[in-house]
Amino acid sequence: MILLLQGVAWLLDPANWADSATPGLLSQLLGQLGITLASIVVAVVVAVPLGVLIGHTGRGRLVAIVASNAARALPTLGLFSVVVIALTLDPQWLAPVIPLALLGIPPLLAGTYAGIEAVDGQVVDAARAMGMTEWQVLLRVEIPLGAPLIVGGLRAAVLQTVATATLASFYGFTTIGNSILLGPDSNQYIPMIGGSLLVTVLALAIDGLFALLQRSSAPRGVSRGARRTTNAARGRFITSPAGTPISRGN
Amino acid sequence: MAIEFRHVSKTFPDGTTAVEDFSLSIPSHETTVLVGSSGCGKTTLLRMINRMVDPSSGSILIDGEDISGIPPVGLRRRIGYVMQNSGLLPHRTVADNVATVPMLTGVPKRKAREDALALLDRVGLDRGLAKRYPAQLSGGQQQRVGVARGLAVDPNILLMDEPFGAVDPIVRDELQQELLRLQGSLGKTVVFVTHDIDEAFLLGNQVVILQRGGRVAQVGSPKEILANPANDFVADFIGAKRGKRRLTAEAGASGDEVLLVDAAGYAAGVITAPGGRLELATAGSSPKSRSVSNKTDQAGDA
Ligand SMILES: Nc1ncnc2c1ncn2[C@@H]1O[C@H](COP(=O)(O)OP(=O)(O)OP(=O)(O)O)[C@@H](O)[C@H]1O
Ligand SMILES: [Mg+2]
Repeated sequence: MILLLQGVAWLLDPANWADSATPGLLSQLLGQLGITLASIVVAVVVAVPLGVLIGHTGRGRLVAIVASNAARALPTLGLFSVVVIALTLDPQWLAPVIPLALLGIPPLLAGTYAGIEAVDGQVVDAARAMGMTEWQVLLRVEIPLGAPLIVGGLRAAVLQTVATATLASFYGFTTIGNSILLGPDSNQYIPMIGGSLLVTVLALAIDGLFALLQRSSAPRGVSRGARRTTNAARGRFITSPAGTPISRGN
Repeated sequence: MAIEFRHVSKTFPDGTTAVEDFSLSIPSHETTVLVGSSGCGKTTLLRMINRMVDPSSGSILIDGEDISGIPPVGLRRRIGYVMQNSGLLPHRTVADNVATVPMLTGVPKRKAREDALALLDRVGLDRGLAKRYPAQLSGGQQQRVGVARGLAVDPNILLMDEPFGAVDPIVRDELQQELLRLQGSLGKTVVFVTHDIDEAFLLGNQVVILQRGGRVAQVGSPKEILANPANDFVADFIGAKRGKRRLTAEAGASGDEVLLVDAAGYAAGVITAPGGRLELATAGSSPKSRSVSNKTDQAGDA
């Protein structure tokens, strides 16, 4: 308890935020966010188009589920070996970004295709029958209606990534891990606790932010104001949705 | 905009043959109703007209042009489509739903919105509903919006797939009358699908009675079909066999009214016969089937 209070006090001390011989908390925080952001961008670039494609065509769902679950099973050990390989990559920043992106991809992929897939098949059918092109169906119907689940996937991916980014300091990248992981070696328990607290607060803040974003991503008309809502608006993040076959016509 | 089916068959990838060797001429500016029990291929036939389904063999022509050569997206934008569950976009307002297709075809937003409001008037909806979302409407209102959307590009062809199937009988009645009124002034080529024979006889200039596999049991005007059912299937389907269409006058009602009963003895309606004498309709007036089929239940189970 005393350590905890000391950790809080340490966090509140401005001197610890400035750089000295080693990077201060501000640099560490920015480093953590930077690595997270880069990793999420890579994950989004890979997972969202793939998830949209799977959700739109209904093809490759099984492959996605298997790949996602496999990726989920490997984290600690797998991540480590990926980092070792990644360390040999040329732009150095790729080293932490690639394994972290790999961590973010499964929830993002699952959220995206689940979101697209959960859109009422009859609505999609009607949109097509009106004369929308496949792109228009995707951009104007499926993505807006699937948005809450897609954002849910993003939320899970960011949360996962921002916490795990701490590990990047093992490999010489400046993150809050600097305070946490270097603590035990030098018996510096107070920075370790302070750093852990900071990571926790950061994760909670980001999660709260995404909770708001997720709520506001529900298109009007299918949000709480409406009497009936679509599955997409009601649903939370689901990892392996029951396959709902799209019924055509009636 | 006449539509012609020539020896059209459709077998789905899973091996189901929904339609086999179907041929039909659909005249322009009239309402043709495809009627038949569930699974007989009505929806499949309808969706072949806007290329939501492509035939496995045979061809479909619109004004003599084979539609297999027309890109589907362009074709669909020229054809109105109204479906049972309205198929409205839940995240768009009523006005935006109606304006969707015109905007796809490049009509400026403002004009499309204004036109949408005029269309709401046309289908008997209050303009005050324009800003609502579909989930905030009743089923009957949603169907009206669906009809307005189907009419939004002023298409020559309007496809309607059981549009009034999911509303209660009173609202259905209203919507049917509204459609008759609209069609009276618009004169579109309407292809209407239903499994309700009364609805078919009420709305159709030409009625096509279908059997499983899209086999045509009989084509004709309601009058022709009622007067001369082509076979037992048709007779059964329209209720003639069970005596539901054969009414006899029964004395006993008050004054100039004569009670009509069907073969089973159920009261079907009354008819005015001053002094006990029935006056026959003259050739000019076209009898509507509704007047003799008030209590006929749905023949879909035939
Ligand atoms: N996409 C599809 N794939 C496989 N079979 C289909 C498909 N669509 C329809 N069918 C089958 O084709 C047959 C005709 O279906 P269709 O939807 O045209 O019937 P319908 O007359 O409209 O029936 P209902 O009155 O129930 O709407 C049915 O046996 C149906 O199961
Ligand atoms: Mg049908």
